[in-house]
Amino acid sequence: MSTLTEAPPPLAPDAPGPKPPRRRGRLTPYWLLLPGILWLLVFFALPMIYQASTSVQTGSLEEGYEVTWHFATYWDALSAYWPQFVRSVLYAGTATVLCLLLGYPLAYLIAFRAGRWRNLIMILVIAPFFTSFLIRTLAWKTILADGGPVVGALNSLHVLDVTSWLGLTAGDRVLATPLAVICGLTYNFLPFMILPLYTSLERIDGRLHEAAGDLYARPWTTFRKVTFPLSMPGVVSGTLLTFIPAAGDYVNADLLGSTDTRMVGNVIQTQFLRVLDYPTAAALSFILMAAILLMVTFYIRRSGTEDLV
Amino acid sequence: MTNTTDPGGDVRLTGIAKTYGAFTAVHPLDLTVPQGSFFALLGASGCGKTTTLRMIAGLEEPSAGTVFLGDQDVTALPPYKRPVNTVFQSYALFPHLDIFENVAFGLRRRGLKSVKKQVEEMLELVQLGEQARKKPHQLSGGQQQRVAVARALINHPKVLLLDEPLGALDLKLRRQMQLELKRIQTEVGITFIHVTHDQEEAMTMADTVAVMNGGRVEQLGTPADLYENPRTTFVANFLGTSNFIEAEVDSQGGEDIVLKAGGGKLVLPEARCSAPASTGGKVLVGVRPEKISLTHADDAGEIPEGRNRITGRIADSSFIGVSTQYVVDSPVCSDFEVYAQNIDRDPRLVPGAEVVLHWNPAHTFGLDAAQSVFAGTEGSAGVEEAA
Repeated sequence: MSTLTEAPPPLAPDAPGPKPPRRRGRLTPYWLLLPGILWLLVFFALPMIYQASTSVQTGSLEEGYEVTWHFATYWDALSAYWPQFVRSVLYAGTATVLCLLLGYPLAYLIAFRAGRWRNLIMILVIAPFFTSFLIRTLAWKTILADGGPVVGALNSLHVLDVTSWLGLTAGDRVLATPLAVICGLTYNFLPFMILPLYTSLERIDGRLHEAAGDLYARPWTTFRKVTFPLSMPGVVSGTLLTFIPAAGDYVNADLLGSTDTRMVGNVIQTQFLRVLDYPTAAALSFILMAAILLMVTFYIRRSGTEDLV
Repeated sequence: MTNTTDPGGDVRLTGIAKTYGAFTAVHPLDLTVPQGSFFALLGASGCGKTTTLRMIAGLEEPSAGTVFLGDQDVTALPPYKRPVNTVFQSYALFPHLDIFENVAFGLRRRGLKSVKKQVEEMLELVQLGEQARKKPHQLSGGQQQRVAVARALINHPKVLLLDEPLGALDLKLRRQMQLELKRIQTEVGITFIHVTHDQEEAMTMADTVAVMNGGRVEQLGTPADLYENPRTTFVANFLGTSNFIEAEVDSQGGEDIVLKAGGGKLVLPEARCSAPASTGGKVLVGVRPEKISLTHADDAGEIPEGRNRITGRIADSSFIGVSTQYVVDSPVCSDFEVYAQNIDRDPRLVPGAEVVLHWNPAHTFGLDAAQSVFAGTEGSAGVEEAA
């Protein structure tokens, strides 16, 4: 920008002053922002307004809907579907924790120990994106099929006894249980956890580990006191990128679950596409959005990563 | 400050070596650093000085040899079990902790509960008491450097290792911190091992300097000894500037060796010749630029007897305030450098003038002729003075 604003003095006596280029230079950022702003307006702001108005309409499909400021829809939706809300938060939360537990060691390995294998492992992390989300989730249906090798192995190791006792599985089945849905969510969102974790771990100066070791910190203490605190930005963005989409997801619950594992995403989908009760569906969407916003705000405040980013 | 005065506090390296595949970073090396001394490892980048330091710290595993701290063999100990601390190049302060917690880190790791008093005292020592609650990135380079020193010193290590600690500072601050570090070392009495590529820094601060080159210690001694009696051209060029004349041994007897060079005769004290000298053999004669006097050829008769003399013509002269630096072309050596104090300047000494260079034979040193006279000239004193 400085090259535009600090134009060299004009050589010709009748040349225009430095004003025109300066004005153009000042407007450049807005021109660059324009496509993005238009995009947001058309595809985010307008649908939101439309949804908001839908959520306070009453009527029926045959007679048509009308805005009547009927806020009771929100209360009705919440009291009818709170179990699905709670389930969404629980499943998404569990999947996020599992993603963190699985993803952190892998991201750590890629960042600090992989050496020349780093790129290969990164490709393996991203590779699933080359096939459709739907196909991959359907593949899990086969993996967890009744009588399949996975279920057989879990059964003979008596893992299923434990998960059944926890209420995650039922009898000899894994498919159509909460465990299957949580596995699907964990699998599908794992890369969204690994990538930000890797980015923030990779930025940590290796000499800080040496310095900690030099100052009498054992490897585990070094991790607790230096590595983990410094990777907090990655932990926060990774958990957000996992939790937020997982909480609104309906594909995993649809394909791997049963009617007992329905999440709020499934309810919204059904209300919109099958029952055609648009106000309830819109109200549910807004409640979900507000709930996630609240939780995320609280989480970011608590994690205290503002001055690390 | 408590003085750690157990008698066996020396650092002893015996046959220590480091290889990376086919590359040898450090050749088998024996080195003893006496307790309480300020020791410098000096050399150009890639000479193995940092690797040596990291092997003492335990950050690098030696391929061979043993590291002793006092009587204790620490070769197999991980860094967190060694009673040494390091001041890292570019400091490696913990960015998520404030200054107080950075300094307290080592104490807390050793399970000390009440660290407040010690940390505050240490911050006073490095004059950073006011900054305790700031984060490292809020401090200037010099302040961060002092935090790094405080963070290491507070643990009362047997040895403090400094890895180019002043490299990131500008020249003026660097001079200031050199004196500061020297003051702290005298005050706490801990052994300091300081790695640097800056010969002036090594000479100002250290009691003993080991000059390293290509993974070997080239020469070890006090700064004055290294400067006055270099044993290789590398040391002679790396520490300051030297002029070399290739000469043939004419006769030897008593305390002096008489040499022939370009038709003239030069005298070299036997004790100052590190090369084997036999009559008819070659020797490199060295002399420092500031030891040489410059007399105009017309006044050659006034030069006292018994001085080594060489004739030449001034090729270039530059006035730099305290002294004038001349480059003299002579039959025995082109580009002979002479630094003359600006006391009585002879107006005839301008480029083109015929001159006689003369010096006290006692200031001459003799080296093995079978080595390059240019060893150690790159990236050493020349660069420092240009900056």
